Amino acid sequence: MKPSESRIWEPQCECMDRAELEQLQLERLEATLTRVVRHVPFYRRRFEELGFDPDEFRSLEELRKLPFTTKADLRENHPYGLFAVPLRDVVRVHASSGTTGLSTAVGYTRNDMRTWSTLTARVLVAGGVTKEDVVQIGFDYGLFTGAFGLHQGAERLGASVVPVSSADARRQVGIMRDYRTTALVTTPSHALNVADAMIEMGVNPASLSLRHGLFGAEPWSESMRKEIEDKLEIVATDNYGLSEVMGPGVAGECLERSGLHLAEDHFVFEVIDPETLQPLPDGQVGELVITTLTKEAIPVVRYRTRDLTAILPDRCACGRTSRRMARVKGRTDDMLIVKGAKVFPSEIEAVLFEVEGIAPHYQVQVDREAGVDRVTVLVEVSESIFFDEMKRQRKLEETIVKRLAAELGVTVDVKLVGKKTLERSDGKARRVVDRRPRE
Amino acid sequence: MLRLRNVDAGYGALTVLRRVSLHVNPGEIVTIVGANGAGKTTLLRTVAGLVRARGGELVFAGAAVTRLRTERIVALGCSLVPEGRQVFAPMEVRENLLLGAHVQYARGRKDEVARDLERVYGLFPVLAQRARQLAGTLSGGEQQMLAIGRALMARPKLVMLDEPSMGLAPLVVKDIFGIVKRISEEGTTVLLVEQNARSALQIATRGYVLETGRIVLQGTAEELLSNRDVQRAYLGSDLDAENRVAT
Repeated sequence: MKPSESRIWEPQCECMDRAELEQLQLERLEATLTRVVRHVPFYRRRFEELGFDPDEFRSLEELRKLPFTTKADLRENHPYGLFAVPLRDVVRVHASSGTTGLSTAVGYTRNDMRTWSTLTARVLVAGGVTKEDVVQIGFDYGLFTGAFGLHQGAERLGASVVPVSSADARRQVGIMRDYRTTALVTTPSHALNVADAMIEMGVNPASLSLRHGLFGAEPWSESMRKEIEDKLEIVATDNYGLSEVMGPGVAGECLERSGLHLAEDHFVFEVIDPETLQPLPDGQVGELVITTLTKEAIPVVRYRTRDLTAILPDRCACGRTSRRMARVKGRTDDMLIVKGAKVFPSEIEAVLFEVEGIAPHYQVQVDREAGVDRVTVLVEVSESIFFDEMKRQRKLEETIVKRLAAELGVTVDVKLVGKKTLERSDGKARRVVDRRPRE
Repeated sequence: MLRLRNVDAGYGALTVLRRVSLHVNPGEIVTIVGANGAGKTTLLRTVAGLVRARGGELVFAGAAVTRLRTERIVALGCSLVPEGRQVFAPMEVRENLLLGAHVQYARGRKDEVARDLERVYGLFPVLAQRARQLAGTLSGGEQQMLAIGRALMARPKLVMLDEPSMGLAPLVVKDIFGIVKRISEEGTTVLLVEQNARSALQIATRGYVLETGRIVLQGTAEELLSNRDVQRAYLGSDLDAENRVAT
């Protein structure tokens, strides 16, 4: 295989002429609207209430007139209410990871499974993986889509898959060494745990075969990427997906690492202002909204992902013609209003990485006292600092408070905690604990 | 090659096609699958300019053809093989074929007609054998070959076939599909309408499913063959048997 062939899995789709792509999107969108009206009572009712006749739908721009689908809609119709096919046509059921609140069921037909593995193969290839690679999957195998999604893609492209699941970090390192793993697929926070375990175990990353890391399922900063790359001596790429529209494979970085390529032949992407709900122009940060174009089991129209990003329209140097999305900045639900200022956990993370002597694990706790949001950032520090004299701890706390104030424009409280005291669920870090009363 | 965007069409007060969007790329065999009365024939007739589109746009070989007359569309390289063959029964096979070449005469390529005729005889040796016979004396399968051959005499870039297997014996049907595949391999793009969905999808690159004038599915032939709705509605999967297994 020539290198140019290995870099792009489906050049006929990923490098499609834009006019051709728009025709394809329109055809698939019109067919999807016709199908949801016929097979999903929820959409039939929604469209009727709005007086929208899918036969009148004429252009991609008209998508903005259609109602959104939200997590609440999925929950109200749980488990199978939004399925557009009878259950006997469904060959797989997964659930959203439940990062926020209850999980909801999603289903896949045989064709959906084929599309899904093709799209995760695209992401893996974009991240540098070839059929020669040994791919270690460090996601939790189960209802969560991360593990199975990328597993299938890796098999599809012919790589050797090691399904370790979300085992503890030391075990990951052991297997990585023994099986000569070349690519690690997991969450960025788990990748850091693995890197730390490697140091604890005295394993020199240069002695391993590991070359690539494909991380997703939670937002992570550039500083975190640098830390992971330095510690594991790999090239790390970001990928994005959500089970509500499919799972991983929705978007992924190529080795240029300047945004995540969107699978625009299978989804339509929009960015809206989360407050006014109006579409935003390319380049502006807002909430990502996704409409599926080929999903058979659960087509979704204008799903509000609650992920904050921007669409980058300019051409990437890699040769793909797809537009890209910026790395996810955070979730709309994670956005905090502290004394009138908008604060994202990712901004806090970026600051923490620049402070010497602290571990990159943190948690943001939000309380409301007398109508005012009160934010406390818990930061894990190494034992040596934690058990050190109070004076040094104080000094570190002050440094972090000052840096955060300079970056965020507001003052938040900082509390140092011991290593590994913050909770980790399925290797997926819980970054924000919101204890404010719900309206 | 061909692109339809939001095409509406019908007859009198009857709207048959509703905002149909589809495309055919050069070299593809694209098939339209659908039940009787879904609008498949109307779709081909609209592309050919025999039925006027009421809305939307049609682009063929880079030219807007929405409002063009049939002769102009044929001259651009788009030929239709109508349903039910429709050969000129009282004329010889060879004369029928030469009628298809009128576009080539109009293009001033009279000298190429003889070569085109040889090419058609090469594809359908039986037509060469029966060149001087009256078309009305041919069997159904031979008449279908003649109808296809006549369309090819215009040297089309795109040939549209309306139910080429209709009313033919299974063995002849197999021949016809083999010929469609060969036409495509020799460089002519094909848009194929067929009730025999399985055979059509087996030779097609991609397909569209048309239901009551609307496209409800589109995809590669492989995807459509493994879609359960397509299997149930057009490929004759036994639903009762499925239910017996399910319960």
